[in-house]
Amino acid sequence: MKNNILVIGGGAAGLEAAANLERLGYNIILIERDKQLGGHLAKWDRLFPDGLPAQEVLDSLLDNISNVKCFTETDIQAINILDKSFNAILSNGITVLADAVLMASGFDIFPAAKKEEYGYGIYENVITNQDLEQMFKQQQSISPIPRAIGFVHCVGSRDEKAGNPACSKVCCATAVKQACEVKELYPDADVYCFYMDLRMFGRRYEDLYLKAQKSGVRFIRGRVSEVAQTADNRLLVKAEDTLSSKPVRVNLDMLVLMAGMRPSEAGHKVGIQLNLTTEDDGFFSAKDGMLSLQKSKLPGLFYAGACTGAKTLPDTLHEARSAAMEIDRYIKENFIKK
Amino acid sequence: MIDFGFGISPSSGINLNNSDKDTFSKLAKMEPNVLKCMACGSCTATCTAGDFKTTSLRTAILNLQNGLKDEALEILSGCMLCGKCTMVCPRGINTRHLILSINKIYGK
Repeated sequence: MKNNILVIGGGAAGLEAAANLERLGYNIILIERDKQLGGHLAKWDRLFPDGLPAQEVLDSLLDNISNVKCFTETDIQAINILDKSFNAILSNGITVLADAVLMASGFDIFPAAKKEEYGYGIYENVITNQDLEQMFKQQQSISPIPRAIGFVHCVGSRDEKAGNPACSKVCCATAVKQACEVKELYPDADVYCFYMDLRMFGRRYEDLYLKAQKSGVRFIRGRVSEVAQTADNRLLVKAEDTLSSKPVRVNLDMLVLMAGMRPSEAGHKVGIQLNLTTEDDGFFSAKDGMLSLQKSKLPGLFYAGACTGAKTLPDTLHEARSAAMEIDRYIKENFIKK
Repeated sequence: MIDFGFGISPSSGINLNNSDKDTFSKLAKMEPNVLKCMACGSCTATCTAGDFKTTSLRTAILNLQNGLKDEALEILSGCMLCGKCTMVCPRGINTRHLILSINKIYGK
């Protein structure tokens, strides 16, 4: 008989892990609380650094899970441990008995309205990185044609007061990617990136930065302090140009806030039921931070993706594959008699 | 104007709405590499003139982007065109040539 494995979350991590576990011969039950699979990937238009369409990546992931039992619009109502297995009652009334559970609950995007000084939810031309991706995806243009657009890095990241002291890792590259895309669509517009440090750590990220510079994107080192509306419905943005130690102000037609990553609330609710521990940043703590990143302190419960901290998509996919291997080893050691 | 008995000092802030972007575009057309500066400060650190008079190409580029032409020319006025900064620039900008171009376009 095939062993049951429950995968919590149908984003990139959950899908990739499910595909790999299925290939290893397990019976997978994947649950996703949204209507569609794909998590944040399904809401994105293009991916840094090369501008690969997110839909292409998602389609490839979905192609590999044809035999996986997926329940969408489904939550975990209750989960507990029975002997060595996990007993989960799903919101659709189904009960699942699984020998291992993979938490792939991912992240929530930081609610940008919490940073009131940026005016998200107050001024309609202040949007988030996710809103802009949606606009790109729906090929919705900005009207009237913008003369100036700004990007604010680190919104709800590296911000103790906002409850998230950590760097969200992906926003710098996303901002620079989006700045390039905006510049391509509106070559005459002035595009500004307000940053503290540019963390272009990945392969070809630095090339992306150079591309943005060459296309005329202006990088201003300083955190935006406040945004106000002007009489003609534009935005007055204030920051310090810390490289020249002078306050700087500029009027913009649109401001894009690079909202960071927070632990998934839905994942957290499941974690509470299983007494999973979190670190100060609110993300789940792995068994150890070096050699057992995919294991939790609870035998049989594994992690993959951004539920243990902000991650890029390739890193998330790596973790999903490595979690599948860890789960395979765990099942073989504990459930399959030699 | 009515004399209220006090003066108003000009703002030291940068207003990017009024800054001269056209001349900078002209410079960028002639010297596309000016856009590649990432403000690392290598040029300033190695500058031979800098030991005697504040000289900084990094700051000059920033000033030009901010529309502060006079400040930019002033901070380059000590440059002796020795070209040491060209050797250290990690972005491979021909800084010496750039300084000449800045003076050509912005100079009096």
